[in-house]
Amino acid sequence: MASSTKSLLLFLFIQFCFSLLPSSFAQSPTPGSSDGYTIYGRVKIPSYGTKEFSLPAKVSNVKVILNGGQRVSFLRPDGYFSFHNVPAGTHLIEVAAIGYFFSPVRVDVSARNPGKIQAALTENRRGLSEFVLEPLKEEQYYEIREPFSIMSIVKSPMGLMMGFMLIVVFLMPKLMENMDPEEMKRAQEEMRNQGVPSLASLLPGAARN
Amino acid sequence: MAMAIRVFLSFLLFLSLTNLASSLYEDQVGLMDWHQQYIGKVKHAVFHTQKTGRKRVLVSTEENVVASLDLRHGEIFWRHVLGTNDVVDGIDIALGKYVITLSSGGSILRAWNLPDGQMVWESSLQGSKASKSILNIPKNLKSDKDDLILVFGKGCLHAISSIDGEVLWKKDFAGESIEVSHIIQSPEVIYVAGFVGSSKFYVYELDAKSGELLKNNHIALPFRTSGESLYVPDDKFLVLDDARSKIVTININNGDINYNQKQISDLVKDSSGQAVILPSRLPGLSALKINSQVLLIKVTNEGELAVVDKIDNTAAFSNALSISEDQHVFAFVQYEDNKIHLSIKDVNDWSRDLLKENLVIDHQRGNIEKIFINNYVRTDRSHGFRALMVMEDHSLLLVQQGEIVWSREDGLASVVDVTTSELPVEKEGVSVAKVEQNLFEWLKGHVLKLKGTLMIASPEDKIAIQKLRLGSSEKSKMTRDHNGFRKLLIVLTRAGKVFALHTGDGHIVWSITLNTLRKSEDCEHPVGLNIYQWQVPHHHALDENPSILVIGRCGPSLSAPTALSFLDAYTGKELNSLSLAHTVARVIPLPYTDSTEQRLHLIIDFNKHAHLYPRTPEASEILKHEFSNIYWYSVEADNGVIRGHALKSNCIHEVVDEYCFVFRDLWSIVFPSESEKIIATVTRKSNEVVHTQAKVMTDHDVMYKYISKNILFVANAAPKASGDIGTATPEEALLVIYIIDTVTGRILHRMTHQGCQGPVHAVFSENWVVYHYFNLRAHRHEMSVIEVYDQSRADNKDIWKFLLGKHNLTSPISSYYRPEISAKSQSYFFTHSVKAIEVTSTAKGITSKQLLIGTIGDQVLAVDKRFLDPRRTLNPSQAEKEEGIIPLTDSLPIISQSYITHSLKVEGLRGIVTVPAKLESTSLVFAYGVDLFFTQIAPSRTYDSLTEDFNYALLLLTIVALVAALFITYVLSERKDLQEKWR
Repeated sequence: MASSTKSLLLFLFIQFCFSLLPSSFAQSPTPGSSDGYTIYGRVKIPSYGTKEFSLPAKVSNVKVILNGGQRVSFLRPDGYFSFHNVPAGTHLIEVAAIGYFFSPVRVDVSARNPGKIQAALTENRRGLSEFVLEPLKEEQYYEIREPFSIMSIVKSPMGLMMGFMLIVVFLMPKLMENMDPEEMKRAQEEMRNQGVPSLASLLPGAARN
Repeated sequence: MAMAIRVFLSFLLFLSLTNLASSLYEDQVGLMDWHQQYIGKVKHAVFHTQKTGRKRVLVSTEENVVASLDLRHGEIFWRHVLGTNDVVDGIDIALGKYVITLSSGGSILRAWNLPDGQMVWESSLQGSKASKSILNIPKNLKSDKDDLILVFGKGCLHAISSIDGEVLWKKDFAGESIEVSHIIQSPEVIYVAGFVGSSKFYVYELDAKSGELLKNNHIALPFRTSGESLYVPDDKFLVLDDARSKIVTININNGDINYNQKQISDLVKDSSGQAVILPSRLPGLSALKINSQVLLIKVTNEGELAVVDKIDNTAAFSNALSISEDQHVFAFVQYEDNKIHLSIKDVNDWSRDLLKENLVIDHQRGNIEKIFINNYVRTDRSHGFRALMVMEDHSLLLVQQGEIVWSREDGLASVVDVTTSELPVEKEGVSVAKVEQNLFEWLKGHVLKLKGTLMIASPEDKIAIQKLRLGSSEKSKMTRDHNGFRKLLIVLTRAGKVFALHTGDGHIVWSITLNTLRKSEDCEHPVGLNIYQWQVPHHHALDENPSILVIGRCGPSLSAPTALSFLDAYTGKELNSLSLAHTVARVIPLPYTDSTEQRLHLIIDFNKHAHLYPRTPEASEILKHEFSNIYWYSVEADNGVIRGHALKSNCIHEVVDEYCFVFRDLWSIVFPSESEKIIATVTRKSNEVVHTQAKVMTDHDVMYKYISKNILFVANAAPKASGDIGTATPEEALLVIYIIDTVTGRILHRMTHQGCQGPVHAVFSENWVVYHYFNLRAHRHEMSVIEVYDQSRADNKDIWKFLLGKHNLTSPISSYYRPEISAKSQSYFFTHSVKAIEVTSTAKGITSKQLLIGTIGDQVLAVDKRFLDPRRTLNPSQAEKEEGIIPLTDSLPIISQSYITHSLKVEGLRGIVTVPAKLESTSLVFAYGVDLFFTQIAPSRTYDSLTEDFNYALLLLTIVALVAALFITYVLSERKDLQEKWR
């Protein structure tokens, strides 16, 4: 029962949103002044799972910027913003929100057809049928610390050093023991013949020179 | 040999490839960086001290900041930085829960939620002409719908509901040509008063409910007025005539207007000088300022004037504060022989001081410019007062009971220029006991850290670890360190105050208000221009303290007189100051120093003279020696001309002036004004270090970078498209890029970007320039890189030529010779608008570079220079990949971990400064705006030192384990030997 009321509420809420959206996108030539139009829009930040930041605190610090700083607007509690007196032409709207990556939006305000504006995300050239801006991704400013594991100790320079030492100490004598004394002698002979191995000959690409 | 180098290089590359982004763990925040938040010089302040809730003061500032401050400590509860054109005209509180701000010349009205700063509503007010803007909110608003906010702006009066910001009615006054100066609200009617012309005074009476015009009345005064007027309650206005000798009282009584006039000399006997009406709102009183004396004049009901008091040496007046129904008080500050008196008096009961306090304020803060008062009820039910003072250096003080409760250095919100200075060298004499104690502490710390790494630390331990890391006393020491991380950042603020900040934790080491940059009679609007390193003791002058040169000018006009100040960088003492007889157009620090390591500076004035500083015979001698090697250029952006100059001879006035020179024009480049307009010029930093000129390509080829200090990047836009984005179409937009040699005036490279426009932000380093602009066709921002190579040295690779001495490597490089240049270029999309671009600089220039991009969101992003490499291709070959060439993508990646400001914002970002540390891998970065941010970055990681995280305890443990293993194996082998022998 409880879940069904919840879903009903959700449905109503969605309905409500949709009833609002078309009006949010439409813009009217403001009465009384002829030199501009109004851009209405909405920034929607979905709450990603259970984050420690609460959403309202973030909304208050979001800025919407027109044409690279010409005008700055802020969000209402419901996420709506507006720019008034915008002349016809092609404009750029950017959203600055810490923690989220927003694509800038290209906004065409038509002069011939008042009441018509078109918007498209410039990052992926996706057109927006409704002027609702959503973050493309969340931004993580910090590296995540890897939890402690034995591997990280082993991989660290100290760990490698220890490992090498252990190998030398315990495995090498075993290897030497298993080796045929004659074979060993031969190998030593060979080494002497080759001389001191140089660094260069060990490197790849040395053959070319 | 070449092989070894290659191996070494590829090893380095491997190291640097492992992480492209220099990133940060969350618990490292605050270790190497600090962030300070400011608001700027306060313009208006409103107190909110209701019984419940936190006590706060709401302020708006000259940096267009609206903020709520804690009244107890001065901390910021919340803050919003409005756009640069969005100047705040008024701030007030409505309904007890909204902060109302009027901005943008009276066209935007916003309401902010008082507790958290969330914007509640926003109204755009339309109007046809610019006018004074007035915000009027009636006090004691009760929350019913009828409460109106009255806003006059853009020639219209608007009545706005304070609940949702709806415009209820609007009355246009644009047609009446009235300069509205007052709006008076009473429950039923609204009076709008102002002058038409300079002698007609109009009063309109409007219905408060509907905005209908009820009455319209005017009076023509028989003389001209000064334009300023003051409203005195009970329907009176005070006006001065244009000679400022008469006070006129205009009375409006039930629609009738009449006036009285009185000579000021009748009120005061010895009145000489200009009278000014102080705009303080004091019921029943008006304040008239004559010279430094303030007359308080009472207007009686009959319109008679009477002088109540004369106050000498006043600095600031507050508005009236009503503390009860019929009690209004106000505050003023007086200066009397080095003492500051704060007095609070009752408007009606003049004889009694409610408060008289002596204040002790650091004289470095200058005069008190503004004062706002607020009252509180003491336990014995008497009234106590607190005063918020705005000082001449833009700092903000809260004074209560004669004490400064808190202060904010908000001058730092308007940094004009930055330079750095080294700290003193550490002296000998550290006691042994201290070292031992430190050793124990040190070990304890590392054991804790080890626990942390092994994840066996308890929560208390974790807190202790974090505290240990942040509270390291090392970083805020006042001496030079081995790595060169500790320095002084010396900043000049718009108020003319110089601060020295410690790079370790950002605390203010010293600050000084320069006398040459203080407001005085002959210097009305002083501005600080630049700050330079004057003397950097190096080898033979180590005993002396380094010094700083500050250049300031009286007023914004270029012809205003200028002054130089010399400061000691360690103590902040002013060593010397000079008032110059000439103007300053440009300052050129020359690459020469005298025997005391003072740097030679040329100051170019507007009369085409160059002046040499310091004015010593030695400096003049040095300059004579290098006379023919000094070149500079000047950019006249308005005319579209760039000129090159060189020194010619001494000035000849009456006598030959040793330190003054005339110069000649060597060359000039005139851009066609109908098609191009200069919008940006950038040159290389004069102190940049380049490690090597050669660059090894993948195919073992060597390219020689064209490295010249005399190289200039110029960006020109089509005049039609030189405005903001959104004003031009792609067809009319054009961006032309030039790279110019400033000695010969030769254009080394020219490039056009069709359909692109500014603003252009660029940075020049070594042989490359990176610039950011807007591409209208794609409607995206773009960044381009141009790398310049010297072709004439390209054939120096042949070993035989070296052996036979036929190479030209030892031939002197002259700026006169015409090198064959080849330029490579590539462009990429970049998501954000940009406010500033800088490049990291390191001590030797070996470390790879990162671009620091200040984005529109006030963050600083570090982008590796390898992403801006013109040799990037779609499918790099294996060899190219090995070299570290990244496959070409159409846009630059934004890796969120490489924001060096991590989750912080440098609000109102204006500039980024980088300074090399002594450690080659590390560069110090200082970003300033309304906020300040400092951090250290290592573009290729700290390859030359152990990181902060390095665990010494683990190292010790390993060594101990190894030694133990050695012993055990030794013992084992001995035993085995013995056994062998027994067999």
